[in-house]
Amino acid sequence: MVDNLIIPLLKILIVLNATLVAVTYMVLLERKVIAWAQSRLGPMRVGPYGVLQPIADAIKLMIKEDITPVRADRWVFTAAPIISMVPALIVYAVIPFGPKVSLFGRQVSLYITDINVGLLYIVSVASVGVYGIILAGYASNSKYPLLASLRASAQLISYEVAVTLTLVSVILMAGSLSMVSIVNAQYNSRVWFAFVQPVAFVIFFIGGLAETNRAPFDMPEAEQELTGGFHTEYSGMRFALFFLAEYANMIVVSSVATTLFFGGWLRPFPNIAALRFLDVIPSWTWFLIKSFVFLYIFIWVRATLPRYRYDQLMRLGWKMLIPLAIANLVVTGIVKVMLS
Amino acid sequence: MGQAIAFYTLAAFILGFAMLVVIAKDTVHSVLFLVLDFLFVAALYVLLDAPFLGVIQVLVYAGGIVVLYLFVVMLVNLKRPPEAHHDPRRRTKLGFGLAVAVLVELGAIAGYGSSRPATAIAPGAGMPVTGNTEQVGWLLYTSYLIPFEIASMLLLVAMIGAIILAKREL
Amino acid sequence: MITPTHYMVLSAALFIIGVVGVMVRRNIIIIFMSIELILNAVNINLVALSKQLQNDIGQVFAIFVIAVAAAEAAVGLGIILAFYRNKETVNIDEMNLMKW
Repeated sequence: MVDNLIIPLLKILIVLNATLVAVTYMVLLERKVIAWAQSRLGPMRVGPYGVLQPIADAIKLMIKEDITPVRADRWVFTAAPIISMVPALIVYAVIPFGPKVSLFGRQVSLYITDINVGLLYIVSVASVGVYGIILAGYASNSKYPLLASLRASAQLISYEVAVTLTLVSVILMAGSLSMVSIVNAQYNSRVWFAFVQPVAFVIFFIGGLAETNRAPFDMPEAEQELTGGFHTEYSGMRFALFFLAEYANMIVVSSVATTLFFGGWLRPFPNIAALRFLDVIPSWTWFLIKSFVFLYIFIWVRATLPRYRYDQLMRLGWKMLIPLAIANLVVTGIVKVMLS
Repeated sequence: MGQAIAFYTLAAFILGFAMLVVIAKDTVHSVLFLVLDFLFVAALYVLLDAPFLGVIQVLVYAGGIVVLYLFVVMLVNLKRPPEAHHDPRRRTKLGFGLAVAVLVELGAIAGYGSSRPATAIAPGAGMPVTGNTEQVGWLLYTSYLIPFEIASMLLLVAMIGAIILAKREL
Repeated sequence: MITPTHYMVLSAALFIIGVVGVMVRRNIIIIFMSIELILNAVNINLVALSKQLQNDIGQVFAIFVIAVAAAEAAVGLGIILAFYRNKETVNIDEMNLMKW
């Protein structure tokens, strides 16, 4: 009873709360990092070094007036931010933060669950997340959001194909769809999959940038384009929910990249006994450090690269990334057959 | 017991949302009810020990096909609903009555067939039994390889056809 | 105790709802969606009986049904778009260009 109900509930509570706090502080992190890249300081007034800025932002957004356009579809208008946020959160059910550890005298696994189609579950949940964007633009009953949402969703479903193909090459290497088995396969084969499948990792990262509408692929939501994109008509907490959903998606892509390509919870060189002193850092901390590095790279890329035009973006996705991903898959298959 | 509760709940939601798909006046609402219906059918597959098929249902059906329907609905959404005029030749009530009669008949056939339980068909020899995905993959790639290849050709032809049909000038 | 008969009755009910949708509605997109409901009903039947007969062939067939449904949806919606561009309607009562 305790094992089947209380412990998973506790894990869900911890993961959800940690995610929501992390997402709120991602706003501050982004503003700070972009500011430092531009030789300025970022938010410094609210709290020491601007640490309380997200709380000020949250209070401001919560007390803003909640406007619904006159002839908008009310149910769909209200549901769209929720449909955007929920898939970003439920992916955490299968992401492994660490192996089985013993806590308070019982064996507790540091992941909420491990279904044997875990990777496919993540991809399918991501493809349901497109609905939030389409419905937000449609329900606003206004020209600019509709166009922007159609553009954004077309971008998302185009890059989904490339990302899924790279994931198939990872599955070929690991031999299983479950996330824990993929980390264990990296342990058994003594090498992180990023070094065995560099092309797949690069395509996954670029696809991840495009999937989360991050720069340089953020044309559908940039303020200079289409007056603000698919969330133009949203105000207050619903607008905040869209942005939080985008940051949550970023964290999800970082976590999945860490698990699939960079060893998940494994420390660097887990089989070399001479580096045993690195074990003082627990497994889940390694996972968080690696995810944080990816988040930093996300923000770094936004501060550095200019924006893609929409036709350049679609050409990159369809004409360059998908053939490259298919070629990578074919080469992986051939090499795997030859080596066995 | 838990399985019975799960089955009846899922069945109620599936049939309820299916009726809402057919009944709803606004086409976008119909599409949204269809998405929810497919998600519940995927949950039913998981209940039936077919998790791979459940995830494929969400990925392909709910996340691909219905997105396509939503795009087309938004491109052809007219302000005047197509059923604005009532056609006197249509006999809606007779149609519903006949539908109920056919449903009762199908239920009777299904109930009669269950009184003689069928014997299990043994799976093919040499299949490693290590989980649902591996079993389905094994079958797809050994016994049913030719239908698999033909299905991929079908998808290629459909893709080319859809691109040509939707172009502005041929 | 949930026997496959329960699943067959559920599948039959879903099938009937889909057929009623095809016959009663005039909007061609809703007719297509009702056809998807029919295909899902068939899939539920296949998977339930595959579990009863302990053979995964039903699930393989269901995957093929999903693939064929995807192909049919793509081509069908392409046809609807091409027709809409010419005649500006989605009511099948008005799609009678080839009627004598």
